[in-house]
Amino acid sequence: MIYLQLFLSYLKIGFFGFGGGYAMLSLIQHEVVTERGWITASQFSDIIAISQMTPGPIAINSATYIGYTVAGFWGSVVATTAVSLPAMTLMILITRFYIQLRSNRYVASAMSAMRPVVIGMIGAAALLLIFPHENSDPNFIDAWSWVLFVATLCASARKVNPILLIVLSAVAGIAIYA
Amino acid sequence: MRELLTMFGSFFKIGLFTFGGGYAMVPIIQCEVIDHRGWVDRDEFVELLTLAQSAPGPIALNTSVFVGYKMRGYAGALAALLGVVVPAFTVILLVAIYFAQFRENVYVNAAFKGMRPAVVALIVSPIVSLSKGMGVWKYVVAAAVALLVWWSGVSPIWLIIVAAVVGVAIELYNSRKHVAR
Repeated sequence: MIYLQLFLSYLKIGFFGFGGGYAMLSLIQHEVVTERGWITASQFSDIIAISQMTPGPIAINSATYIGYTVAGFWGSVVATTAVSLPAMTLMILITRFYIQLRSNRYVASAMSAMRPVVIGMIGAAALLLIFPHENSDPNFIDAWSWVLFVATLCASARKVNPILLIVLSAVAGIAIYA
Repeated sequence: MRELLTMFGSFFKIGLFTFGGGYAMVPIIQCEVIDHRGWVDRDEFVELLTLAQSAPGPIALNTSVFVGYKMRGYAGALAALLGVVVPAFTVILLVAIYFAQFRENVYVNAAFKGMRPAVVALIVSPIVSLSKGMGVWKYVVAAAVALLVWWSGVSPIWLIIVAAVVGVAIELYNSRKHVAR
């Protein structure tokens, strides 16, 4: 039954994952942390950190990792397949009808109305990671956490490579906490 | 068959060498699909990117399905999709299997304590670039969505559906008004 739950959760994530990677985080977070309780908020951040350092889209990485954590090898296969299915079918449909779709005013208007929601979802993912609900262990543990947060934010605004920033923050973490 | 293997190989390369996902993959896809293989031309690629961004799902996945399908139909779409997914799947599976052994290590633990706030910062930073040029109204909606999802735990899926319906309704209203005039 866990396979069915994983399949349905990741199918939903794939189907409603408008706005790509970061916006999908909010959906993934809602399904696996808030709704199902499969992992905690800090485990979720760890998976994002690992996803950033490994190749491939974050949605695929998280599906594989969480699927494995929850139900072993076949769990990872089920979750990865489920998250890829909507992209596969919808993109084929879009490719077939794309000239009509592109010029359709209703599609354009729906897309433009969805944009602020997608941006808000990224904001919600960040808020939940900074201020998790009480049953999860926190990502921000002391003043150093905030220093690292602000430093990474500034560097990222100056287009410093995100992988480099993750590596630097890991080194800082070892210097501070080990 | 040979062409399918080439396609799988190209997208495997794209999947294997792109770290950080999404937008980081765009230049690599562009180099392989346009410059190296000539599967699509540049104008088509720009249109494709817009579509890949507006369709649900990871951009790299959407792009691979589009190129694969355009070249070789369903088989092409599947070959390209597998090409992107297989390296990501394999690497993460290995990490998931062996990570537990290192998880309790003092240094690994400390490194993750440092990485967590940095990860949150990386999630916050695209909000600024994405919301450039939006009207005041849209900022209010974005902020309301963020607070609502965070505070109430409502599923973001409902908000996406509502936004799509509102978008269509606005356009219906506008075209009625246009006809009435």
